[in-house]
Amino acid sequence: MARTVIPFGPQHPVLPEPIHLSLVVEDEKVVEALPTLGYVHRGLEMLATKRDYNQMIQIVERVCGICSMIHSLCYCQGMEEMLGVEVPRRAKMLRVVWSELHRLHSHLLWLGLFADSFGFESLFMQLWKIREKVMDLNEATTGNRVIVSVNVVGGVRANLDESQVRWIKDTLVDVEASIKSLQSTIMHDSTVCRRTQGVGVLTKQAAYDLGAAGPMLRGSGVAQDMRQLKYAGFDEIAFEPIVETAGDCWARSNVRFREALQSIDLVRQALDRLDDTELAAKVKGKPEGEVITRVEQPRGECLYYLKGNGDKFLDRVRIRTPTFANIPPLAAILPGLDFADVPVVVLSIDPCISCTER
Amino acid sequence: MSIEATPVTPAQLVAEVTKLKAEGYRLVTFSSVEIDAENMEILYHFDKDLKLKNLRLSVKKGGSVPSISGVLFTAFLIENEIRDQFSITFEGLVLDYQGKLLNDCLTTPQTSPFCRMQVASSGAAAKEVR
Repeated sequence: MARTVIPFGPQHPVLPEPIHLSLVVEDEKVVEALPTLGYVHRGLEMLATKRDYNQMIQIVERVCGICSMIHSLCYCQGMEEMLGVEVPRRAKMLRVVWSELHRLHSHLLWLGLFADSFGFESLFMQLWKIREKVMDLNEATTGNRVIVSVNVVGGVRANLDESQVRWIKDTLVDVEASIKSLQSTIMHDSTVCRRTQGVGVLTKQAAYDLGAAGPMLRGSGVAQDMRQLKYAGFDEIAFEPIVETAGDCWARSNVRFREALQSIDLVRQALDRLDDTELAAKVKGKPEGEVITRVEQPRGECLYYLKGNGDKFLDRVRIRTPTFANIPPLAAILPGLDFADVPVVVLSIDPCISCTER
Repeated sequence: MSIEATPVTPAQLVAEVTKLKAEGYRLVTFSSVEIDAENMEILYHFDKDLKLKNLRLSVKKGGSVPSISGVLFTAFLIENEIRDQFSITFEGLVLDYQGKLLNDCLTTPQTSPFCRMQVASSGAAAKEVR
């Protein structure tokens, strides 16, 4: 049978950011897929040699908007380890609050885009309507909706007063009820199930061997989440990774749906543990040596390798983002699919290309 | 302060990675680090049960090291990125983008499979070629 190469992206209705896939198809079946990157590479890692280690916080926040808080959290944790700084307990809990609000709005954004990818526009609009309430929380507590810029080396720069804590808790009651009202649609609606169940299956062994990360890994049955490392305030918070076993698009969407609800619980736990300690510890000295630090972004495991030489500029900032890890598994599951399922499967990895290319 | 990392030579690398895979380690990523004007290091980060194990490989700038993508397919993307950014080549790379992963068309003349135009040369002489 004749083979045809169909370009998918870099501009495509389901892609919020540019990635290109050369899809080789026979009839309507994909037989090969080759990813190409490079549309939004900015060389941000290299700026570490030109911006001092405090200025780098603003740089790493711009690796990706929607993961910005967790990028800076990972970077600051690494710097704190290198500089021997003990972060106050209140700052650790506040970091949990804002990082989980980030995860919540990221998952709601993705669930909406995913619904849109198979034409379920009303579900998309409902999910994004709920997300706006979370964005309002970010804006009111930090001054920004997306890039909240709360982390500094040693702690955080923003605080929550008692009225804000009450307002966040009240808003989350409303958000939780709204998300749960969509649960049966997202999990059981026939339109959703027909487009997602049994589609783009990644087995447990393949997910592990191919280095999948985050919901892509947990949707295939691997119970691994970097929050188990108990960074920030997670050492005091009850947490278990959410796992599905089917390994298909439905499983990945359900992991994210359940994680959105779990994030609400984690925010509440962190808010209940806010004490009267400082917002940030004093930082002395210049970074020297090398550290590796890991956190769980909405899309999965994020690793920072940092190397300092005793100067205010770092020698190296290496960032490994979850979408970068999820591209080889994506390339592996596309062959064998119907061409019409490609947009759904591509979106099921929650591609964040600005993260991937940095 | 430095991270724990097992030094490996290019000749030992693939065997060591194969051993780690057999022990159930998952490749997280590599980090390439400039040491001085002539030398670099590549740190290979593996994870098992949330514990990291690192391998440290020394390499000359512009040099060549064995690819581990034959053992761990997921390494192909990392190796292509390091080649683009640091000009280190990987022998036996299963999917070789020939230095074009990031489409850095302003530094060297090149084409891409989905774009009909290419930049013939950089600087003032740059022009679009159809």
